[in-house]
Amino acid sequence: MPASVRFRSVMPRPTLLGLAVAGALGASAATQAGEVEVLHWWTSGGEAQAASVLKELVEAEGHAWQDFAVAGGGGETAMTVLKSRAMSGNPPSAAQIKGPEIQEWGELGLLGELDEVAEAAAWDSLLPPRVAEIMRHDGHYVAVPVNVHRVNWLWGNPEVLAAAGVEMPTSFDELFDAAEAIRAAGHVPLAHGGQPWQDATLFETVVLAEGGEDFYRRALVELDPEALGSDTMIQALTTFKRLRELMDEGMPGRDWNVATAMVINGVAAMQLMGDWAKGEFTAAGLAAGEEYLCAPAPGTESAFTFNIDSLAMFRVTEAADLAAQHDLARLVLEPTFQETFNLAKGSIPARTDLDMSAFDACAQASMADFQAAADNGGLVPSMAHGMAVRADVQGALFDIVTNYFNSSGMSAEQAAERLVRAAQATY
Amino acid sequence: MPLSLSTSREVGRPAAARPTPAARLQAWLPRLVLAPSAAVSLCFVYGFMLWTFVLSLTNSRMLPSYDFVGFAQYARLMANDRWWVASTNLVLFGGLFIAICLVLGALLAILLDQRIRQEGALRTLYLYPMALSFIVTGVAWKWLLNPSLGLEAMVRGWGFEGFRFDWLVNPDMAVYTLVIAAVWQASGFVMALFLAGLRGIDDSIIKAAQLDGASLPRIYWRVVLPCLRPVVFSAVMILAHIAIKSFDLVVALTGGGPGYASDLPATFMYAHAFNRAQIGLGSASAMLMLGGVLAILVPYLYSELRSRKHG
Repeated sequence: MPASVRFRSVMPRPTLLGLAVAGALGASAATQAGEVEVLHWWTSGGEAQAASVLKELVEAEGHAWQDFAVAGGGGETAMTVLKSRAMSGNPPSAAQIKGPEIQEWGELGLLGELDEVAEAAAWDSLLPPRVAEIMRHDGHYVAVPVNVHRVNWLWGNPEVLAAAGVEMPTSFDELFDAAEAIRAAGHVPLAHGGQPWQDATLFETVVLAEGGEDFYRRALVELDPEALGSDTMIQALTTFKRLRELMDEGMPGRDWNVATAMVINGVAAMQLMGDWAKGEFTAAGLAAGEEYLCAPAPGTESAFTFNIDSLAMFRVTEAADLAAQHDLARLVLEPTFQETFNLAKGSIPARTDLDMSAFDACAQASMADFQAAADNGGLVPSMAHGMAVRADVQGALFDIVTNYFNSSGMSAEQAAERLVRAAQATY
Repeated sequence: MPLSLSTSREVGRPAAARPTPAARLQAWLPRLVLAPSAAVSLCFVYGFMLWTFVLSLTNSRMLPSYDFVGFAQYARLMANDRWWVASTNLVLFGGLFIAICLVLGALLAILLDQRIRQEGALRTLYLYPMALSFIVTGVAWKWLLNPSLGLEAMVRGWGFEGFRFDWLVNPDMAVYTLVIAAVWQASGFVMALFLAGLRGIDDSIIKAAQLDGASLPRIYWRVVLPCLRPVVFSAVMILAHIAIKSFDLVVALTGGGPGYASDLPATFMYAHAFNRAQIGLGSASAMLMLGGVLAILVPYLYSELRSRKHG
């Protein structure tokens, strides 16, 4: 058996080499090469591009990125997919979840902790406390904010406003006065799309203007029946309903971006909408502050209604995947991604220490207001965008608000009464 | 293959000779082939119906849970204003949709049946809307009915400044726009059903009526239409299902709006189960919809089976 002996004597060397190679690979795999699967609905042009920046950053760290983009329906489709994945015991490592929903997923025990990452990068000092609070469940960081949208913006077409001889209004009284002049000049004063979430966006802005930040928080975040049934709320509901007179007849069912287009092409003078509307103005080739105007919604200069997108991290077991997940969380809050993503999306970075010189005038104003509001307590979560209350409560409020706004038969007192009942009925 | 036929018949008989494997296979083959689809529909249709019922008895919110709360979700549903709007809308929409489709379909079929020229072309023309999905129908009618884009704007453009047709944006009338679009879509199909029925009527009956001196409208009213009863029946069944299941049309045409004035049970169920994290309440509304379907289906099956026995 000489052949076999020779074979045996030769064997060890390649095996040793192989072992060494495998060992090296194995070692690097254990510390680095994990995989992150990210469920998101950043699928429109600019957003998808911004998301691919994150992908490149993650891959530069040596991890694999598995894209799990679900388009459509403002994330409703994505949520349905996420629920079925979570139910089958196979959730992605990160998903675009925001606001109180983070708490719901946390209560189900499905989210993993990020405290290690948060401590190393000092998230506590980077994020305003009101924002950090939303990202934590049970005292632990479980999600990382991607951007901050401001909801209480008023957008205007300067040519139309000049033709009517009015300025951007700073209170609702001014808005109603300006509207008459705009109507007389042959334009629609306020562009709007009659969809429940848009009606609710308008409503929460009016509540904020009429009652101030504390009232807003008591009524629409804490659902205090006393605040919901108060005279201030009835006053807000009355003003809200009056806004309907400033709109055109074809408003019901219109998409928000169609309403924005009305401002862009001069059919309408103004629109109350969050800063994602800026994407439409930018796409039309208009310059912020010159060819289109942005200002805080009337009567809400000192307040900042926020709508924050965030990535919540699901519990993963593999050490390599956990490392990848932690790297993802760290990268999301680092300046490179925050800047690129928010430039593309029209929002502002979630951390307040970044250089804003690359951003346009509206975003810079937004950041200044964000910082000021974070200091003076003017930061309030948006009810219309799922930041303030749970989805079922939000739905009940939407029903009342949109029904009141559209039907002629309901008085402001009745609507307030219904709001109180809805707040008490939720369990 | 008379031989294999005879053996397969003998399979069931205890005293028969041992059947060959081929014969046994032949006897079992139909059952084997049908088994997967039977199992699939048992699991995915009836199984999930049962699961929905179980969920409707729980307080499930974002994900299914099994904390049973009895019929509390049904009680909540009964106290929900929006559910009542949706149910009332279904009665209005369903009733009008079925009635108008039947009348229009029968009328078109009778007119087409007068041995006119180009009947084939006309038939295709009326049947064509059925080839579109409700989403397309909904979007097209949404543009036609929008006061600042469609009919109203056009007629005003002709100089009739006072013309108003704002049903789509009027909360009290929005549900009728659903009827308009759905009738436009389905009446051609009902026409085809009636036309087939008309062609199946024995000419000699009509000739006999003519000999008796009956006028044409009278022949249709007293002779032809009674012969078409089975057609009416199947048309009603099909239309009723379309009405109860209507979802895409509402989503595309009105989005349930203005407010939730044109909501139907199907859109209510979807909104609550999937968007608002109220799976329990959504399941309860789905069960009530199933009840509605059964209320129509069971009498139909009953009468169908009975008439077959008599036949």
